Amino acid sequence: MSEGRPAPAGDTAGPAAAAKGGEGAGGGHGRRWMLGLFPVVLLAILVAVFVRFDPTAPFRAAFPPVEELTVERVSFPESGVMRIRVVNGGPEAVTIAQVMVDEAYWRFRIDRDPTIPRLKGATLEVDYPWVDGEPHVVRLVTSTGLTFDHEVAVATESPRPNARYLTTFGLLGLYAGVIPVIIGLLWYPFLRRIDRKWVHFYLSLTIGLLAFLLVDAFEHTLEAAALVPEGFGGIGLIALGVVGAVVGLRAMGAAAQKRRGEAVPGLTIAYMIAIGIGLHNLGEGLAIGAAYALGEIALGSFLVIGFALHNTTEGLAIVAPVADEKPAMWHFGAMGALAGVPTILGAWAGGFSYSPTLATFFLALGAGAIIQVIIEVAKLVQRAWPRGLLTPLNAAGLMLGMIIMYGTALMVVA
Amino acid sequence: MRAEKVSRREWLKLGAVGVAGLSGATLLDLAGRGGARGALAAAGIAPPTRGRGHAGSHAGQEEAMGVVGDTRPEGDFDPGAFLTHFDYGTVGTRADGRTVRRWDVVAVDREIQIAPGVWYPAWTYNGQVPGPTFRCTEGEILQVEFTNAGSHPHTIHFHGTHPPGMDGVEPIVAPGERFMYEFEAKPFGLHLYHCHTMPLKRHIHKGLYGTFIVDPPGGREPAREMVMVMNGFDSNFDGDNEVYAVNTAAFYYQDHPIRVGVNDLCRVYLVNITEFDPVNSFHLHAGMFRVYRTGTRLDQYELTDTIMMCQGERHILEFSLEHAGMHMFHAHQSEFAELGWMGFIEAVENLAADGGVPVHRYV
Repeated sequence: MSEGRPAPAGDTAGPAAAAKGGEGAGGGHGRRWMLGLFPVVLLAILVAVFVRFDPTAPFRAAFPPVEELTVERVSFPESGVMRIRVVNGGPEAVTIAQVMVDEAYWRFRIDRDPTIPRLKGATLEVDYPWVDGEPHVVRLVTSTGLTFDHEVAVATESPRPNARYLTTFGLLGLYAGVIPVIIGLLWYPFLRRIDRKWVHFYLSLTIGLLAFLLVDAFEHTLEAAALVPEGFGGIGLIALGVVGAVVGLRAMGAAAQKRRGEAVPGLTIAYMIAIGIGLHNLGEGLAIGAAYALGEIALGSFLVIGFALHNTTEGLAIVAPVADEKPAMWHFGAMGALAGVPTILGAWAGGFSYSPTLATFFLALGAGAIIQVIIEVAKLVQRAWPRGLLTPLNAAGLMLGMIIMYGTALMVVA
Repeated sequence: MRAEKVSRREWLKLGAVGVAGLSGATLLDLAGRGGARGALAAAGIAPPTRGRGHAGSHAGQEEAMGVVGDTRPEGDFDPGAFLTHFDYGTVGTRADGRTVRRWDVVAVDREIQIAPGVWYPAWTYNGQVPGPTFRCTEGEILQVEFTNAGSHPHTIHFHGTHPPGMDGVEPIVAPGERFMYEFEAKPFGLHLYHCHTMPLKRHIHKGLYGTFIVDPPGGREPAREMVMVMNGFDSNFDGDNEVYAVNTAAFYYQDHPIRVGVNDLCRVYLVNITEFDPVNSFHLHAGMFRVYRTGTRLDQYELTDTIMMCQGERHILEFSLEHAGMHMFHAHQSEFAELGWMGFIEAVENLAADGGVPVHRYV
């Protein structure tokens, strides 16, 4: 699975450079550039022809325009005022002509021309006497009479970025993200003192934890992607985030490898795990902050305890790879911060301005990071035991990790 | 609004001036066109445009309720003019001495404005929704030359008494074809006409309907007369109306109140052709009206302030407003009212006979 596979960057650079060199000998730099740019020039000509002569005009005349508006967020800045953030994710510009709230027309203000170009957004304000704790339905009517609905599950005054809410979300992130991770890190002295066999049991358990987190991360990513305006391609964003995180972390591992020989050091893997979990927690923080701001969850202590228990296991996952090493103490602080603090940042960002597009991207980054981290930890186990994860003890650790995550996740019923 | 760099408070002030201007302009308004815009211009204020907050509502407490932009539809259909306009056709005399009234009706597809900035792909009679208000006297011979210039087959089905062959069910008039409907106008009363091609729901809600008034031979008492067709539009074609109105344009008479004189006799020809919903209704504030059901009797009426009507039902309402000021009228289904079917009748002291809604005198 892992042995001796060279770093991909170094591996592919060799033959590619050789090929370039061979061609360069034939025609020099100028010719090579021309060959490279030729298709680009052709493409530019094609685009110019389309823009100038518009060969698709007959199609457009025959069909009504496909309009696509997505309400990203409805917030309630004060009593009697409703604020609607809308994005045009469709192929054509869309004109918002009227706004209905709860099946009635209400006058609105808009912060731009009501004709919204593709991939642009607008913010609308309606002086509507919304009722605290009750649902409301917003319906946007376009110039062609099409309608786009958004249901607010529970109307509640939106948090403003003031000291009170910064503290609230900050504490939330601290309790749910930072403190539990640091508590988890405190397993380090214990891991130092146990038998190697058991270290690998805990590494396998870490893989179990991470595998569960991965599935969880994908679920949240897909949920967020479903709310992304069509034009922004939610699924494409997921691919970008996942691959980006995998490639980024691999590059990081490869860099560490070059300096210190063949094996990726445990500390690097621990940092990779911390970063991966940090990215995951950023996305999670976004989701919690947004859900709280939109009145979709009540932040009872039960929920916070659930998150805390859930995240404590993440601390264990970070320290397991360094059980054989003796890193300086500040590394633990740094890794704890990398993994936990993003929860706070995410909660702030999500609470004050939630964007499904950004949330999808960050959640996908987190998922990709977890994939790469699982691979690296699996390599660690594999290196020590030929049968790797398939020894009875390691397999039991893996399953136990997943079961622990499942059990603690039961407490987080948002 | 923020884009315009004008604060909300400033807008409300502009709105208040606009209200004054509009009230002054309503006289001009119903007689001609462009009164409101003219008055706003005279006050040195740009008329409200699409997308800007239009605070020029006459309903103080309903300021935030309603639509954004000018409720006067673009194009040549003016609900203010439609309200008081009757189409008598061209009159001739047959060999046997009987009066013959003739209309040319052409069905055309057309985009119409149903609320400020909201366009609806309608099917129309003579390019307007509702179609022209045909008016005649009982016993006259009516000839309606119908040309279908639309994209679908259509007919004109008149309510009233006539031979089944002239009923507008058969023959169906294909695009590019013609048909002459000819029958005697009877009985007197308030009737309607609409397309009767299947699928009926779509042909009606797309806009193929209008009012058909048959006056009694002796006429009625002189009154300020108006036509109100209660209609609705399913702009997103989900089988449910997004806009309700009288005479098509949502909230038009809320932003452009109808003017009548205090104590003047007013007569409303009220037709319900709302599609999808089983009933519609009419409610008058601060006054009561007499209901002449279908307008077929001159001596039997009911006194009320709310009347419920099935699709196709139509009644003549008569009332005099005792107090000066704004009298709201709307569907007494709150949903319809808040989706556009709401307006004002303003009673004014000492209004000249040719001011506001014209007085109709029978000859």
